[in-house]
Amino acid sequence: MNERQIMTSDEVRRAIARIAHEIGERNGGVTEVVLVGIYRRGIPLAKRIAAAIQSIEHKTVPVGALDITLYRDDLEIRGPSTHIQHTNIPGDITGKIVVLVDDVLFTGRTIRAALDALTDLGRPERIQLAVLVDRGHRELPIRADFVGKNVPTASSEDVAVRLNEIDGGDDAVMIMRGAV
Amino acid sequence: MNLPPIAPHNPWMATATRKRRHVLDLDDFAEQEILDVLDAAVSMKEILGRSVPQVPILRGKTMANIFYEESTRTRLSFELAARTLSASVMNMTAKGSSVEKGESLIDTIRTIQALGADIIVMRHGESGAPYLAAQHFKGSIINAGDGRHAHPSQALLDLFTIREHLGQLKDLHVVIAGDVLHSRVARSDIWGMLRCGMRVTLCAPSTLIGDMQMWKASHPGLRISYDLDALLPHTDVLMGLRLQKERMQAGLLPALREYSTYFGISAERLDHLPKHAIVMHPGPMNEGVEIMPEAADSPRSVIETQVTNGVAIRMALLYRLSGETQA
Repeated sequence: MNERQIMTSDEVRRAIARIAHEIGERNGGVTEVVLVGIYRRGIPLAKRIAAAIQSIEHKTVPVGALDITLYRDDLEIRGPSTHIQHTNIPGDITGKIVVLVDDVLFTGRTIRAALDALTDLGRPERIQLAVLVDRGHRELPIRADFVGKNVPTASSEDVAVRLNEIDGGDDAVMIMRGAV
Repeated sequence: MNLPPIAPHNPWMATATRKRRHVLDLDDFAEQEILDVLDAAVSMKEILGRSVPQVPILRGKTMANIFYEESTRTRLSFELAARTLSASVMNMTAKGSSVEKGESLIDTIRTIQALGADIIVMRHGESGAPYLAAQHFKGSIINAGDGRHAHPSQALLDLFTIREHLGQLKDLHVVIAGDVLHSRVARSDIWGMLRCGMRVTLCAPSTLIGDMQMWKASHPGLRISYDLDALLPHTDVLMGLRLQKERMQAGLLPALREYSTYFGISAERLDHLPKHAIVMHPGPMNEGVEIMPEAADSPRSVIETQVTNGVAIRMALLYRLSGETQA
């Protein structure tokens, strides 16, 4: 198996800063914005975007955590997962602009599950999607509104995002070949 | 105080490569699996608190409740758990079913299977009946109480409630006071509590301890006492058990009043517990016999929380048994 780095920690930092700018720009400010990270790596990313927004807009954006295990469509294929995380959304999302945050956008099935989960929790005014990496190979009509980096990949490859908060060490995005 | 390791040939046990198929008792649950179920139940409890308490994960699955004995909370909470996870539910009670025409347990199981059930939740008066059912059913069986043998989902919800209130399980001391002899709840609780590193003392007249004397040798950490008042200052969890008059033969107790005096959980006895201690009861209660109304309603009592938590635990179990069998 060989791996190739496609983003360094500096590039991750700049991508997050740009996404933070774009979220404010697209929504005419951030007053109604709620960031919701998808377990696991979406959560530290959402917190970092919130911190970047804080330094740009001088406004605190609420950050929530969403576990989509119970909305998955592959229970029959993958079986139950041992760990279900705690969903924790700050306040009512009805009428808000929810920005879903995840590390990698691939088939779109996770986002489909997240959309279902969010609509069970309230009726947001708008839902947008921010991802660090879009690697293509969509199986559903879903696209991201804010993308850190578009990376063409082969379906046999794997994209691994390493974040200091979870993996320790420096942030990095790697492509692993022949991981399957 | 380590339990003997679980026998590796145990056909029901979950392993790293094999998903759990049935929940028949807690004797084949390793500590880690118990903790995994409790952790999953924490997330399930969050769902129950939502304004729309329903998630789609078990859509298309069917759970069948088959109850050969009466039940309120177990049957209803399994039903609520299944509906919260979007499974459909079939209910059968022995009364009013073909069981009254003489249909055998195995034939009933086959009928339920032909109707498309994925999970059977079963209560039966005979100890071991769910094990027989498990041999004749292609899906999963959850034992919801068999005779005086086991009631694993109750034991799990007890552990969940204790951890929720006291923050830990390890090293806590549980006193189980009451009709241990007839109690399937006590038998499953003992397995689960000891495996999680708790100490358990059974407290009852010796006629209601019965064969539990024999468990002591094989269950380090299990004690038996006849003096409830002496135990109280060293108790973290005081659990009352119902006197099961329907299973009781004559002569086990000289008088209910006498039993109450020595073993009943009264408000005065609660005063001798440490400040943090909680009072539990699996229900249904004989108020005024094994527990007094003032004790059941005291701020220490978590009896109603046990019922709510039962739904979350049963959701965690139903989810765990569903889906493909790869780990």
